[in-house]
Amino acid sequence: MTVDGIVSVSDRAAERAAAAGPRRRRRIVNALRIAILVVFLGGWELAARTHLIDPFFFAMPSMIAAQLWTWINEGTSQGPLWGEVLVTLEETVIGFVIGAVLGIVCGIVLGRDKLLADVFSIYIKVANSIPRIVLGSIFVIALGLGMQSKVALAVVMVFFVVFGNAFQGVREADRSLIANARILGASPWQVTTTVIVPAAMSWILASLHVSFGFALVGAVVGEFLGSRHGLGLLISTEQGLFNPSGVFAAMIVLAAVALTADYLLSWAENRLLTWRPPSFSDTGA
Amino acid sequence: MSALPVEDVPTIELVGVSRRFVTPGGTSLTALRDFDMTVRRGEFVAVVGPTGCGKSTTLSLITGIAAPTTGQVRVMGKPVTGNDPRVGFVFQTDALFPWRNVLRNVAAGPLYRGMPKEKAYAAARDWIARVGLAGFEQHYPHQLSGGMRKRVALAQTFINNPEILLMDEPFSALDVQTRVVMQDELLSIWSSSNASVVFVTHDLEEAIALADRVYVLTAGPATVKAVYDVNLPRPRVTAEIRYEPAFVELSRRIWDDLRDEVRLGAARPAQLAAATRTA
Ligand SMILES: Nc1ncnc2c1ncn2[C@@H]1O[C@H](COP(=O)(O)OP(=O)(O)O)[C@@H](O)[C@H]1O
Ligand SMILES: [Mg+2]
Repeated sequence: MTVDGIVSVSDRAAERAAAAGPRRRRRIVNALRIAILVVFLGGWELAARTHLIDPFFFAMPSMIAAQLWTWINEGTSQGPLWGEVLVTLEETVIGFVIGAVLGIVCGIVLGRDKLLADVFSIYIKVANSIPRIVLGSIFVIALGLGMQSKVALAVVMVFFVVFGNAFQGVREADRSLIANARILGASPWQVTTTVIVPAAMSWILASLHVSFGFALVGAVVGEFLGSRHGLGLLISTEQGLFNPSGVFAAMIVLAAVALTADYLLSWAENRLLTWRPPSFSDTGA
Repeated sequence: MSALPVEDVPTIELVGVSRRFVTPGGTSLTALRDFDMTVRRGEFVAVVGPTGCGKSTTLSLITGIAAPTTGQVRVMGKPVTGNDPRVGFVFQTDALFPWRNVLRNVAAGPLYRGMPKEKAYAAARDWIARVGLAGFEQHYPHQLSGGMRKRVALAQTFINNPEILLMDEPFSALDVQTRVVMQDELLSIWSSSNASVVFVTHDLEEAIALADRVYVLTAGPATVKAVYDVNLPRPRVTAEIRYEPAFVELSRRIWDDLRDEVRLGAARPAQLAAATRTA
């Protein structure tokens, strides 16, 4: 009892001491982050009010906040704010899902079939080298001002990123795992579903993370190029009105959407990859 | 060939086998030549030879992953055709599925072969207990030590009741103490199965401690230099058998054979490089 007691107490003390270090660090990091935000926004506001920078071009935080407030309470020139957000979000999500599914399927098929990969690699390289945003103009002409053109642009934005990662993930799948599955009795289809796909999963999820942002860019740029609703149109309208606060306010709404999506994707990723050693995932606990 | 009684048909038979690789550079490399090997039913055969001589190539011929350039490879009297469900394989590298926990790793074979889930998991639990890992069913491979992962690999292979067990330096990545424990573990599982084993290793003592017969290969291209019978009594305790006079004597005799080949094998990469340069 005495010896055990002493050991466990000193253990607990050591654990407490070890936990205190990171906790203090986290507090310092958070304090510094807030300080930087305050200095930045305060400096901006101050510079604009003292006309060090021209608020007509650069707006200022208080004006942006007021603009957001107006939008939330009275709606935008195109209708209620949440309606505009919903339009953009819908285009983004549909484009993201289609692009991701196409990318994953094509990546796995080409990754598994050497001949197909050799044949198509050249076309994919060419298609990938086209600045994809330019395709937006074509889509608006071909598919009109409605949702399709934005979804199409979001799809091409997402597809190549996800395809590239899925393909790479399949190629990097451990040969000995595949051989092991074969010898344990797996059919080629079982190898694909139980070895190749899980092996490529961390690559695919990483690309989904990045490409949701790309889908959002695709949708917004599509709206920018021609549409009747959405945050992209809002930005374009505010730009036409020479209202920088409006542009910034729309940017903040977009950022909020993107960050929320990012958070949700991180959460899904951690759920799907519980098997990974903690050193590979963001949250150790 | 006249029809032999079933029990006399060798489990594995390699006759006059050679295997050539064509490297990406276009030069060809002979890994095996004039290779003969016979493994009888229920026999434990060890294969030793210098690194890079062609031991793994031999195993891939038996699994059918690779085909011989010349000669014949027969399993149970029939030419090898692709995937044979009677063959089990334990890899040198970790080949457990990192995204599956221990239970689902061990159950993988039966599940692939269409056994109902409940039955497969019950069998897996049995095997996990047999290799001493009861309680670790829900652990993922990265949460286990190297020795524990090897136990999972053994359970994963033995759950399929392989009639032929191929092992490619399975314990070479383990520390010495763990290796000895695993060797005993393997012998105990094997003795209650009727599997024929081909165990590849570069560790001569391991080969003698485990096997009924030891094939010594020449430095590449590999051919059989000599075959030794190991007449040590079973059951064996590998940690102790090493000190028996018969073991030491046999070990010395085989090492005399092997030493020259290891020396040649060490010089081989330089020769290969020279050959590639002149080609
Ligand atoms: N797929 C391959 N292509 C070309 N050369 C190979 C291939 N596999 C093995 N080799 C060569 O064959 C020789 C024997 O290899 P291997 O059987 O793996 O040796 P061991 O298992 O005895 O160390 C080596 O020189 C190796 O480089
Ligand atoms: Mg080898």
